[in-house]
Amino acid sequence: MLSPPDPLIAVKGLAKTYPGGPPVLRDVSLSIRDGESVALIGANGSGKSTLLKCLVGLHDISGGSVAALGERFQTRPGATQRRAIRRQTGFVFQHHGLVRRLSALSNVVHGFLGQPGSWRAFCQSLAPQSWREAAQETLGAVNLAHKAEARVDALSGGQAQRVAIARALVGKPRLLIADEPTASLDPAAGHDVMGLFCELARNENITLIFTSHDMDHAQRYGERIVALKDGGIHFDKPSGEVRDGDLAGVFDG
Amino acid sequence: MADTTAPRPARPVSRFESVSAMRFALLVGVGAFVIAAITDVSPSPQRVAEGMPRILSLLDRMLPPETDPAFLQRMGWRLVETMQIAVAGTAIGVLLSLPIAWISARGVTPAPALSYVAKGLVSLFRTVPDLVWALIFVVSVGLGAVAGTMTIIVDTIGFCGRFFAEAMEDADTQPQEALAATGASRFNILCAAVIPDAMPSLINTTLFALEMAVRSSVVLGLVGAGGIGQELKSAFDLFQYQKASAIILAVFVIVLAMEWLTDRLRKQVS
Repeated sequence: MLSPPDPLIAVKGLAKTYPGGPPVLRDVSLSIRDGESVALIGANGSGKSTLLKCLVGLHDISGGSVAALGERFQTRPGATQRRAIRRQTGFVFQHHGLVRRLSALSNVVHGFLGQPGSWRAFCQSLAPQSWREAAQETLGAVNLAHKAEARVDALSGGQAQRVAIARALVGKPRLLIADEPTASLDPAAGHDVMGLFCELARNENITLIFTSHDMDHAQRYGERIVALKDGGIHFDKPSGEVRDGDLAGVFDG
Repeated sequence: MADTTAPRPARPVSRFESVSAMRFALLVGVGAFVIAAITDVSPSPQRVAEGMPRILSLLDRMLPPETDPAFLQRMGWRLVETMQIAVAGTAIGVLLSLPIAWISARGVTPAPALSYVAKGLVSLFRTVPDLVWALIFVVSVGLGAVAGTMTIIVDTIGFCGRFFAEAMEDADTQPQEALAATGASRFNILCAAVIPDAMPSLINTTLFALEMAVRSSVVLGLVGAGGIGQELKSAFDLFQYQKASAIILAVFVIVLAMEWLTDRLRKQVS
Protein backbone atom coordinates (compact mmCIF):
# COMPACT_ATOMS: atom_id res chain seq x y z
CA MET A 1 0.00 0.00 0.00
CA LEU A 2 1.27 3.48 -0.88
CA SER A 3 2.02 5.75 2.05
CA PRO A 4 0.36 9.19 1.88
CA PRO A 5 2.62 11.93 0.42
CA ASP A 6 4.41 14.24 2.85
CA PRO A 7 2.34 17.31 3.67
CA LEU A 8 3.44 20.58 2.10
CA ILE A 9 3.55 22.12 5.57
CA ALA A 10 3.95 20.32 8.88
CA VAL A 11 4.11 22.38 12.05
CA LYS A 12 4.86 20.50 15.29
CA GLY A 13 4.53 21.96 18.77
CA LEU A 14 5.23 25.48 17.51
CA ALA A 15 5.69 28.13 20.20
CA LYS A 16 6.45 31.81 19.77
CA THR A 17 7.14 34.45 22.37
CA TYR A 18 8.30 37.97 21.49
CA PRO A 19 11.06 39.29 23.78
CA GLY A 20 9.55 40.61 27.01
CA GLY A 21 6.00 39.63 26.06
CA PRO A 22 3.56 36.80 26.82
CA PRO A 23 3.51 33.71 24.56
CA VAL A 24 1.77 34.43 21.26
CA LEU A 25 1.67 30.83 20.03
CA ARG A 26 1.82 27.71 22.20
CA ASP A 27 2.06 24.10 21.07
CA VAL A 28 0.53 24.62 17.62
CA SER A 29 0.56 21.52 15.43
CA LEU A 30 -0.85 21.64 11.94
CA SER A 31 -0.33 19.94 8.63
CA ILE A 32 -1.43 21.18 5.25
CA ARG A 33 -1.57 19.07 2.08
CA ASP A 34 -0.50 20.15 -1.37
CA GLY A 35 -3.34 21.99 -3.14
CA GLU A 36 -5.41 22.62 0.00
CA SER A 37 -7.10 25.93 0.73
CA VAL A 38 -7.00 26.76 4.44
CA ALA A 39 -8.57 29.68 6.27
CA LEU A 40 -6.99 30.72 9.58
CA ILE A 41 -9.47 32.58 11.76
CA GLY A 42 -9.24 34.18 15.18
CA ALA A 43 -9.43 37.43 17.10
CA ASN A 44 -6.81 40.17 16.90
CA GLY A 45 -3.72 38.99 18.73
CA SER A 46 -4.65 35.31 18.48
CA GLY A 47 -1.37 34.60 16.63
CA LYS A 48 -2.59 34.19 13.02
CA SER A 49 -0.11 36.59 11.40
CA THR A 50 2.72 35.38 13.62
CA LEU A 51 2.05 31.77 12.57
CA LEU A 52 2.17 32.72 8.87
CA LYS A 53 5.39 34.68 9.29
CA CYS A 54 7.01 31.80 11.20
CA LEU A 55 6.28 29.46 8.25
CA VAL A 56 8.59 31.42 5.92
CA GLY A 57 11.14 32.47 8.54
CA LEU A 58 10.12 36.14 8.73
CA HIS A 59 9.89 35.56 12.50
CA ASP A 60 12.07 33.21 14.54
CA ILE A 61 10.24 30.46 16.42
CA SER A 62 10.72 29.92 20.13
CA GLY A 63 9.92 26.20 20.26
CA GLY A 64 8.83 23.24 18.13
CA SER A 65 9.61 22.80 14.45
CA VAL A 66 8.37 23.70 11.01
CA ALA A 67 8.70 21.70 7.79
CA ALA A 68 7.67 23.81 4.83
CA LEU A 69 8.10 22.92 1.14
CA GLY A 70 10.60 20.20 1.98
CA GLU A 71 12.73 22.31 4.33
CA ARG A 72 12.68 21.47 8.01
CA PHE A 73 13.90 23.94 10.62
CA GLN A 74 13.85 24.94 14.26
CA THR A 75 14.31 28.53 15.51
CA ARG A 76 14.89 29.89 12.00
CA PRO A 77 15.66 28.49 8.54
CA GLY A 78 19.28 28.69 7.36
CA ALA A 79 20.05 31.08 4.50
CA THR A 80 19.75 28.35 1.83
CA GLN A 81 16.56 26.95 3.35
CA ARG A 82 15.08 30.44 3.63
CA ARG A 83 15.78 31.15 -0.04
CA ALA A 84 14.33 27.76 -1.05
CA ILE A 85 11.13 28.32 0.95
CA ARG A 86 10.59 31.91 -0.13
CA ARG A 87 11.24 31.20 -3.81
CA GLN A 88 8.31 28.79 -3.73
CA THR A 89 6.04 31.05 -1.70
CA GLY A 90 3.94 34.07 -2.61
CA PHE A 91 3.03 36.30 0.35
CA VAL A 92 0.25 38.89 0.31
CA PHE A 93 0.00 41.30 3.23
CA GLN A 94 -2.95 43.18 4.70
CA HIS A 95 -1.51 46.48 3.46
CA HIS A 96 -0.37 45.67 -0.06
CA GLY A 97 3.30 46.41 0.73
CA LEU A 98 3.96 47.81 -2.74
CA VAL A 99 6.51 50.51 -3.53
CA ARG A 100 4.16 53.43 -4.08
CA ARG A 101 6.41 55.51 -6.30
CA LEU A 102 6.96 52.70 -8.81
CA SER A 103 4.68 51.40 -11.54
CA ALA A 104 2.40 48.39 -11.13
CA LEU A 105 4.61 46.49 -13.61
CA SER A 106 7.82 47.24 -11.65
CA ASN A 107 6.16 46.01 -8.47
CA VAL A 108 5.08 42.76 -10.12
CA VAL A 109 8.61 42.24 -11.51
CA HIS A 110 9.79 42.51 -7.87
CA GLY A 111 8.17 39.09 -7.41
CA PHE A 112 11.28 37.65 -9.10
CA LEU A 113 13.65 39.17 -6.53
CA GLY A 114 14.14 35.82 -4.81
CA GLN A 115 15.12 34.05 -8.04
CA PRO A 116 18.72 33.44 -9.16
CA GLY A 117 20.15 36.49 -10.98
CA SER A 118 17.50 38.55 -9.26
CA TRP A 119 19.43 41.81 -9.00
CA ARG A 120 17.99 42.70 -12.40
CA ALA A 121 14.46 42.54 -10.99
CA PHE A 122 14.79 45.66 -8.86
CA CYS A 123 13.94 47.78 -11.88
CA GLN A 124 11.58 46.57 -14.59
CA SER A 125 13.60 48.24 -17.34
CA LEU A 126 16.66 46.13 -16.39
CA ALA A 127 14.72 42.87 -15.95
CA PRO A 128 15.00 40.11 -18.58
CA GLN A 129 12.32 40.27 -21.27
CA SER A 130 10.83 36.93 -20.12
CA TRP A 131 10.26 38.34 -16.60
CA ARG A 132 8.68 41.52 -17.96
CA GLU A 133 6.37 39.47 -20.17
CA ALA A 134 5.45 37.18 -17.27
CA ALA A 135 4.70 40.24 -15.11
CA GLN A 136 2.51 41.76 -17.82
CA GLU A 137 0.69 38.47 -18.25
CA THR A 138 0.08 38.13 -14.49
CA LEU A 139 -1.24 41.70 -14.37
CA GLY A 140 -3.64 40.60 -17.12
CA ALA A 141 -4.72 37.67 -14.95
CA VAL A 142 -5.72 40.09 -12.17
CA ASN A 143 -7.48 42.31 -14.76
CA LEU A 144 -5.00 45.16 -14.50
CA ALA A 145 -3.07 44.88 -17.78
CA HIS A 146 -4.23 48.40 -18.66
CA LYS A 147 -2.69 49.80 -15.43
CA ALA A 148 0.79 48.32 -15.95
CA GLU A 149 2.45 51.70 -16.27
CA ALA A 150 0.38 53.47 -13.60
CA ARG A 151 2.13 54.34 -10.37
CA VAL A 152 0.85 52.45 -7.35
CA ASP A 153 -0.08 55.67 -5.52
CA ALA A 154 -2.52 56.39 -8.35
CA LEU A 155 -4.38 53.06 -7.91
CA SER A 156 -7.37 52.32 -5.66
CA GLY A 157 -6.97 50.06 -2.60
CA GLY A 158 -8.55 47.10 -4.41
CA GLN A 159 -6.38 47.61 -7.50
CA ALA A 160 -3.24 47.87 -5.36
CA GLN A 161 -4.12 44.63 -3.57
CA ARG A 162 -4.60 42.93 -6.95
CA VAL A 163 -1.11 44.14 -7.98
CA ALA A 164 0.20 42.62 -4.73
CA ILE A 165 -1.50 39.33 -5.67
CA ALA A 166 0.13 39.50 -9.11
CA ARG A 167 3.53 40.07 -7.44
CA ALA A 168 2.96 37.02 -5.24
CA LEU A 169 1.92 34.83 -8.20
CA VAL A 170 4.42 35.91 -10.86
CA GLY A 171 7.17 33.55 -9.67
CA LYS A 172 4.75 30.57 -9.97
CA PRO A 173 4.79 29.65 -6.26
CA ARG A 174 3.60 26.34 -4.83
CA LEU A 175 2.31 28.06 -1.72
CA LEU A 176 0.34 31.27 -1.47
CA ILE A 177 0.03 32.95 1.94
CA ALA A 178 -2.32 35.88 2.46
CA ASP A 179 -2.43 37.74 5.75
CA GLU A 180 -5.87 39.40 5.92
CA PRO A 181 -5.71 40.43 2.27
CA THR A 182 -9.12 42.12 2.37
CA ALA A 183 -8.93 43.89 5.74
CA SER A 184 -8.19 47.29 4.22
CA LEU A 185 -10.80 46.96 1.44
CA ASP A 186 -14.53 47.65 1.31
CA PRO A 187 -16.76 44.51 1.32
CA ALA A 188 -17.35 44.46 -2.47
CA ALA A 189 -13.65 44.89 -3.29
CA GLY A 190 -12.88 42.30 -0.59
CA HIS A 191 -15.07 39.68 -2.28
CA ASP A 192 -13.59 40.53 -5.70
CA VAL A 193 -10.05 40.11 -4.38
CA MET A 194 -10.77 36.86 -2.52
CA GLY A 195 -12.69 35.40 -5.49
CA LEU A 196 -9.81 36.22 -7.82
CA PHE A 197 -7.29 34.89 -5.35
CA CYS A 198 -8.97 31.51 -4.99
CA GLU A 199 -9.65 31.14 -8.69
CA LEU A 200 -6.00 31.78 -9.58
CA ALA A 201 -4.77 29.45 -6.82
CA ARG A 202 -7.16 26.69 -7.95
CA ASN A 203 -6.21 27.08 -11.63
CA GLU A 204 -2.50 26.76 -10.85
CA ASN A 205 -3.00 24.10 -8.13
CA ILE A 206 -1.37 26.39 -5.55
CA THR A 207 -1.79 25.67 -1.86
CA LEU A 208 -3.53 28.63 -0.23
CA ILE A 209 -3.42 29.74 3.40
CA PHE A 210 -5.21 32.93 4.31
CA THR A 211 -6.23 34.64 7.51
CA SER A 212 -9.52 36.42 7.92
CA HIS A 213 -11.81 38.02 10.47
CA ASP A 214 -14.73 37.34 8.18
CA MET A 215 -16.47 33.98 8.72
CA ASP A 216 -18.27 34.35 5.39
CA HIS A 217 -14.91 34.64 3.56
CA ALA A 218 -13.46 31.74 5.52
CA GLN A 219 -16.39 29.41 4.71
CA ARG A 220 -16.74 30.51 1.12
CA TYR A 221 -13.06 30.45 0.13
CA GLY A 222 -11.46 27.95 2.52
CA GLU A 223 -11.89 24.16 2.18
CA ARG A 224 -10.75 23.87 5.76
CA ILE A 225 -10.94 26.27 8.68
CA VAL A 226 -8.39 26.42 11.48
CA ALA A 227 -9.42 28.62 14.41
CA LEU A 228 -6.76 30.02 16.72
CA LYS A 229 -7.59 31.15 20.22
CA ASP A 230 -5.16 32.36 22.90
CA GLY A 231 -2.21 31.16 20.80
CA GLY A 232 -3.47 27.58 20.42
CA ILE A 233 -5.65 25.72 17.93
CA HIS A 234 -9.30 25.96 19.00
CA PHE A 235 -10.64 23.78 16.17
CA ASP A 236 -9.49 22.45 12.79
CA LYS A 237 -12.33 21.26 10.54
CA PRO A 238 -13.51 21.12 6.94
CA SER A 239 -15.43 24.35 6.40
CA GLY A 240 -18.70 22.51 5.74
CA GLU A 241 -18.59 20.96 9.20
CA VAL A 242 -18.13 24.16 11.19
CA ARG A 243 -21.21 24.91 13.29
CA ASP A 244 -22.21 28.12 15.05
CA GLY A 245 -21.39 26.53 18.41
CA ASP A 246 -17.77 25.97 17.31
CA LEU A 247 -17.32 29.70 16.84
CA ALA A 248 -18.23 30.65 20.41
CA GLY A 249 -15.49 32.90 21.72
CA VAL A 250 -13.24 32.54 18.64
CA PHE A 251 -13.45 36.22 17.73
CA ASP A 252 -13.40 37.52 21.32
CA GLY A 253 -10.19 39.40 22.00
CA MET B 1 -30.29 80.44 51.86
CA ALA B 2 -26.73 81.37 51.03
CA ASP B 3 -24.75 78.85 48.98
CA THR B 4 -22.01 77.67 51.31
CA THR B 5 -20.44 75.41 48.69
CA ALA B 6 -19.34 78.26 46.38
CA PRO B 7 -15.74 77.65 45.19
CA ARG B 8 -13.02 79.65 46.81
CA PRO B 9 -11.26 82.12 44.53
CA ALA B 10 -8.45 80.39 42.61
CA ARG B 11 -4.87 81.16 43.57
CA PRO B 12 -3.41 83.77 41.16
CA VAL B 13 -1.49 82.08 38.34
CA SER B 14 2.26 82.65 38.63
CA ARG B 15 3.86 84.67 35.80
CA PHE B 16 6.73 82.22 35.57
CA GLU B 17 6.79 78.46 35.38
CA SER B 18 8.68 76.98 38.31
CA VAL B 19 12.14 75.73 37.32
CA SER B 20 14.38 73.24 39.05
CA ALA B 21 17.59 74.45 40.74
CA MET B 22 19.68 72.63 38.13
CA ARG B 23 17.83 74.24 35.22
CA PHE B 24 18.06 77.67 36.87
CA ALA B 25 21.83 77.28 37.34
CA LEU B 26 22.16 76.18 33.70
CA LEU B 27 20.15 79.20 32.49
CA VAL B 28 22.32 81.59 34.53
CA GLY B 29 25.51 79.90 33.22
CA VAL B 30 24.43 80.12 29.55
CA GLY B 31 23.29 83.75 30.01
CA ALA B 32 26.64 84.68 31.59
CA PHE B 33 28.57 83.02 28.74
CA VAL B 34 26.53 84.90 26.06
CA ILE B 35 27.09 88.25 27.81
CA ALA B 36 30.82 87.58 28.29
CA ALA B 37 31.14 86.59 24.61
CA ILE B 38 29.40 89.76 23.44
CA THR B 39 31.63 91.98 25.63
CA ASP B 40 34.86 90.20 24.65
CA VAL B 41 34.70 89.75 20.90
CA SER B 42 31.83 91.69 19.36
CA PRO B 43 32.66 95.03 17.68
CA SER B 44 32.21 98.05 19.89
CA PRO B 45 30.50 101.13 18.35
CA GLN B 46 33.83 102.93 18.66
CA ARG B 47 35.69 100.27 16.64
CA VAL B 48 32.95 100.30 13.98
CA ALA B 49 33.13 104.09 13.75
CA GLU B 50 36.92 103.97 13.42
CA GLY B 51 36.79 101.25 10.74
CA MET B 52 34.08 102.87 8.65
CA PRO B 53 36.36 105.29 6.72
CA ARG B 54 38.71 102.40 5.88
CA ILE B 55 35.76 100.31 4.61
CA LEU B 56 34.61 103.23 2.45
CA SER B 57 38.17 103.74 1.16
CA LEU B 58 38.42 100.03 0.27
CA LEU B 59 35.06 100.17 -1.52
CA ASP B 60 36.29 103.21 -3.43
CA ARG B 61 39.42 101.36 -4.55
CA MET B 62 37.30 98.31 -5.57
CA LEU B 63 35.11 100.28 -7.98
CA PRO B 64 34.68 99.99 -10.85
CA PRO B 65 35.30 96.23 -11.13
CA GLU B 66 38.07 95.17 -13.51
CA THR B 67 36.89 94.57 -17.10
CA ASP B 68 40.18 93.79 -18.85
CA PRO B 69 39.32 90.98 -21.36
CA ALA B 70 42.47 88.95 -20.58
CA PHE B 71 41.64 89.06 -16.84
CA LEU B 72 37.96 88.23 -17.45
CA GLN B 73 38.97 85.24 -19.57
CA ARG B 74 41.31 83.94 -16.85
CA MET B 75 38.61 84.51 -14.25
CA GLY B 76 36.09 82.68 -16.46
CA TRP B 77 38.34 79.60 -16.59
CA ARG B 78 38.83 79.76 -12.82
CA LEU B 79 35.05 79.88 -12.38
CA VAL B 80 34.70 76.84 -14.64
CA GLU B 81 37.29 75.06 -12.50
CA THR B 82 35.37 76.07 -9.36
CA MET B 83 32.16 74.61 -10.76
CA GLN B 84 34.04 71.47 -11.80
CA ILE B 85 35.36 71.05 -8.25
CA ALA B 86 31.82 71.47 -6.88
CA VAL B 87 30.13 69.14 -9.38
CA ALA B 88 32.78 66.41 -9.38
CA GLY B 89 33.10 66.53 -5.59
CA THR B 90 29.34 66.36 -5.08
CA ALA B 91 28.87 63.55 -7.63
CA ILE B 92 31.61 61.36 -6.15
CA GLY B 93 30.56 62.29 -2.59
CA VAL B 94 26.93 61.34 -3.23
CA LEU B 95 27.95 57.99 -4.77
CA LEU B 96 30.16 57.20 -1.77
CA SER B 97 27.49 58.42 0.67
CA LEU B 98 24.96 55.82 -0.51
CA PRO B 99 26.81 52.70 0.74
CA ILE B 100 27.96 54.52 3.90
CA ALA B 101 24.38 55.62 4.65
CA TRP B 102 23.11 52.09 3.94
CA ILE B 103 25.56 50.60 6.44
CA SER B 104 24.71 53.20 9.08
CA ALA B 105 20.88 53.25 8.65
CA ARG B 106 19.09 51.54 11.53
CA GLY B 107 16.78 48.71 10.44
CA VAL B 108 18.13 48.72 6.89
CA THR B 109 21.83 48.05 7.44
CA PRO B 110 23.25 44.73 6.22
CA ALA B 111 25.91 44.86 8.97
CA PRO B 112 24.56 46.24 12.27
CA ALA B 113 27.99 45.79 13.88
CA LEU B 114 29.52 48.26 11.39
CA SER B 115 26.70 50.77 11.75
CA TYR B 116 28.45 52.74 14.49
CA VAL B 117 31.74 52.80 12.57
CA ALA B 118 29.95 54.29 9.53
CA LYS B 119 28.09 56.80 11.72
CA GLY B 120 31.35 57.81 13.43
CA LEU B 121 33.08 58.33 10.08
CA VAL B 122 30.22 60.53 8.83
CA SER B 123 30.31 62.55 12.08
CA LEU B 124 34.07 63.06 11.72
CA PHE B 125 33.68 64.23 8.11
CA ARG B 126 30.87 66.59 9.11
CA THR B 127 32.32 68.15 12.23
CA VAL B 128 35.79 69.04 10.91
CA PRO B 129 35.38 72.28 8.86
CA ASP B 130 36.00 72.18 5.11
CA LEU B 131 38.97 74.59 5.25
CA VAL B 132 40.72 72.21 7.64
CA TRP B 133 40.12 69.29 5.23
CA ALA B 134 41.41 71.51 2.40
CA LEU B 135 44.63 72.21 4.34
CA ILE B 136 45.08 68.46 4.96
CA PHE B 137 44.57 67.62 1.27
CA VAL B 138 46.79 70.46 0.03
CA VAL B 139 49.58 69.04 2.22
CA SER B 140 48.92 65.45 1.11
CA VAL B 141 48.19 65.78 -2.65
CA GLY B 142 49.59 69.25 -3.37
CA LEU B 143 48.17 72.61 -4.37
CA GLY B 144 45.35 72.75 -6.90
CA ALA B 145 41.89 71.57 -7.86
CA VAL B 146 42.38 67.90 -6.86
CA ALA B 147 42.76 68.92 -3.21
CA GLY B 148 39.59 71.01 -3.58
CA THR B 149 37.63 68.13 -5.10
CA MET B 150 38.76 65.80 -2.31
CA THR B 151 37.60 68.37 0.24
CA ILE B 152 34.16 68.61 -1.36
CA ILE B 153 33.91 64.79 -1.45
CA VAL B 154 34.56 64.59 2.30
CA ASP B 155 32.20 67.50 2.98
CA THR B 156 29.46 65.88 0.87
CA ILE B 157 29.83 62.52 2.63
CA GLY B 158 29.55 64.30 5.98
CA PHE B 159 26.29 65.94 4.91
CA CYS B 160 24.69 63.34 2.63
CA GLY B 161 25.85 60.34 4.70
CA ARG B 162 23.76 61.57 7.61
CA PHE B 163 20.65 62.69 5.73
CA PHE B 164 20.63 59.74 3.31
CA ALA B 165 20.72 57.39 6.32
CA GLU B 166 17.80 59.24 7.93
CA ALA B 167 15.81 59.05 4.67
CA MET B 168 16.50 55.30 4.45
CA GLU B 169 15.42 54.80 8.07
CA ASP B 170 12.17 56.69 7.35
CA ALA B 171 11.37 54.65 4.20
CA ASP B 172 8.12 52.64 4.33
CA THR B 173 8.88 49.28 5.98
CA GLN B 174 5.89 47.39 4.55
CA PRO B 175 7.36 46.97 1.03
CA GLN B 176 10.65 45.93 2.64
CA GLU B 177 8.94 43.16 4.58
CA ALA B 178 6.96 42.12 1.49
CA LEU B 179 10.13 41.85 -0.60
CA ALA B 180 11.94 39.97 2.18
CA ALA B 181 9.08 37.45 2.00
CA THR B 182 9.84 36.88 -1.72
CA GLY B 183 13.40 35.91 -0.78
CA ALA B 184 14.99 39.22 -1.82
CA SER B 185 18.45 39.94 -0.40
CA ARG B 186 19.11 43.07 1.66
CA PHE B 187 20.83 44.68 -1.32
CA ASN B 188 17.83 43.94 -3.53
CA ILE B 189 15.50 45.38 -0.89
CA LEU B 190 17.65 48.52 -0.78
CA CYS B 191 17.53 48.97 -4.55
CA ALA B 192 13.91 47.92 -5.08
CA ALA B 193 12.12 49.39 -2.06
CA VAL B 194 14.25 51.67 0.13
CA ILE B 195 15.86 53.90 -2.53
CA PRO B 196 12.71 54.41 -4.64
CA ASP B 197 10.74 55.33 -1.52
CA ALA B 198 13.43 57.68 -0.23
CA MET B 199 14.18 59.16 -3.67
CA PRO B 200 12.58 62.63 -3.21
CA SER B 201 14.50 63.09 0.02
CA LEU B 202 17.75 61.82 -1.55
CA ILE B 203 17.40 64.24 -4.47
CA ASN B 204 16.63 67.16 -2.12
CA THR B 205 19.67 66.39 0.00
CA THR B 206 21.85 66.10 -3.10
CA LEU B 207 20.69 69.50 -4.35
CA PHE B 208 21.45 71.08 -0.96
CA ALA B 209 24.87 69.40 -1.04
CA LEU B 210 25.55 70.83 -4.50
CA GLU B 211 24.54 74.30 -3.34
CA MET B 212 26.86 74.01 -0.34
CA ALA B 213 29.65 72.64 -2.55
CA VAL B 214 29.49 75.63 -4.89
CA ARG B 215 29.77 77.99 -1.91
CA SER B 216 32.61 75.97 -0.35
CA SER B 217 34.57 75.59 -3.58
CA VAL B 218 34.74 79.38 -3.88
CA VAL B 219 36.68 79.74 -0.62
CA LEU B 220 38.84 76.59 -0.88
CA GLY B 221 41.28 78.48 -3.12
CA LEU B 222 42.16 80.71 -0.15
CA VAL B 223 44.21 77.81 1.23
CA GLY B 224 45.49 76.72 -2.19
CA ALA B 225 42.89 74.10 -3.07
CA GLY B 226 42.09 75.44 -6.54
CA GLY B 227 39.23 77.40 -8.04
CA ILE B 228 38.33 81.09 -8.08
CA GLY B 229 39.33 81.53 -4.41
CA GLN B 230 42.99 81.31 -5.42
CA GLU B 231 42.47 84.23 -7.83
CA LEU B 232 40.63 86.20 -5.13
CA LYS B 233 43.42 85.65 -2.64
CA SER B 234 46.15 86.80 -5.02
CA ALA B 235 44.05 89.87 -5.96
CA PHE B 236 43.86 90.85 -2.28
CA ASP B 237 47.52 89.97 -1.64
CA LEU B 238 48.60 92.23 -4.54
CA PHE B 239 46.18 95.04 -3.56
CA GLN B 240 44.33 94.60 -6.91
CA TYR B 241 40.98 95.53 -5.42
CA GLN B 242 39.21 96.17 -8.74
CA LYS B 243 40.02 92.59 -9.77
CA ALA B 244 38.84 91.39 -6.36
CA SER B 245 35.50 93.18 -6.75
CA ALA B 246 35.02 91.64 -10.23
CA ILE B 247 35.63 88.18 -8.73
CA ILE B 248 33.25 88.81 -5.79
CA LEU B 249 30.58 89.98 -8.24
CA ALA B 250 31.06 86.89 -10.42
CA VAL B 251 30.89 84.60 -7.36
CA PHE B 252 27.70 86.35 -6.22
CA VAL B 253 26.09 85.73 -9.61
CA ILE B 254 27.20 82.08 -9.74
CA VAL B 255 26.02 81.25 -6.22
CA LEU B 256 22.71 83.04 -6.77
CA ALA B 257 22.19 81.22 -10.08
CA MET B 258 22.92 77.89 -8.40
CA GLU B 259 20.46 78.62 -5.58
CA TRP B 260 17.80 79.57 -8.12
CA LEU B 261 18.42 76.39 -10.12
CA THR B 262 18.40 74.02 -7.14
CA ASP B 263 15.26 75.73 -5.76
CA ARG B 264 13.48 75.12 -9.05
CA LEU B 265 14.63 71.49 -9.17
CA ARG B 266 13.53 70.96 -5.56
CA LYS B 267 10.07 72.31 -6.33
CA GLN B 268 9.82 69.92 -9.28
CA VAL B 269 10.78 66.96 -7.09
CA SER B 270 8.27 67.84 -4.37
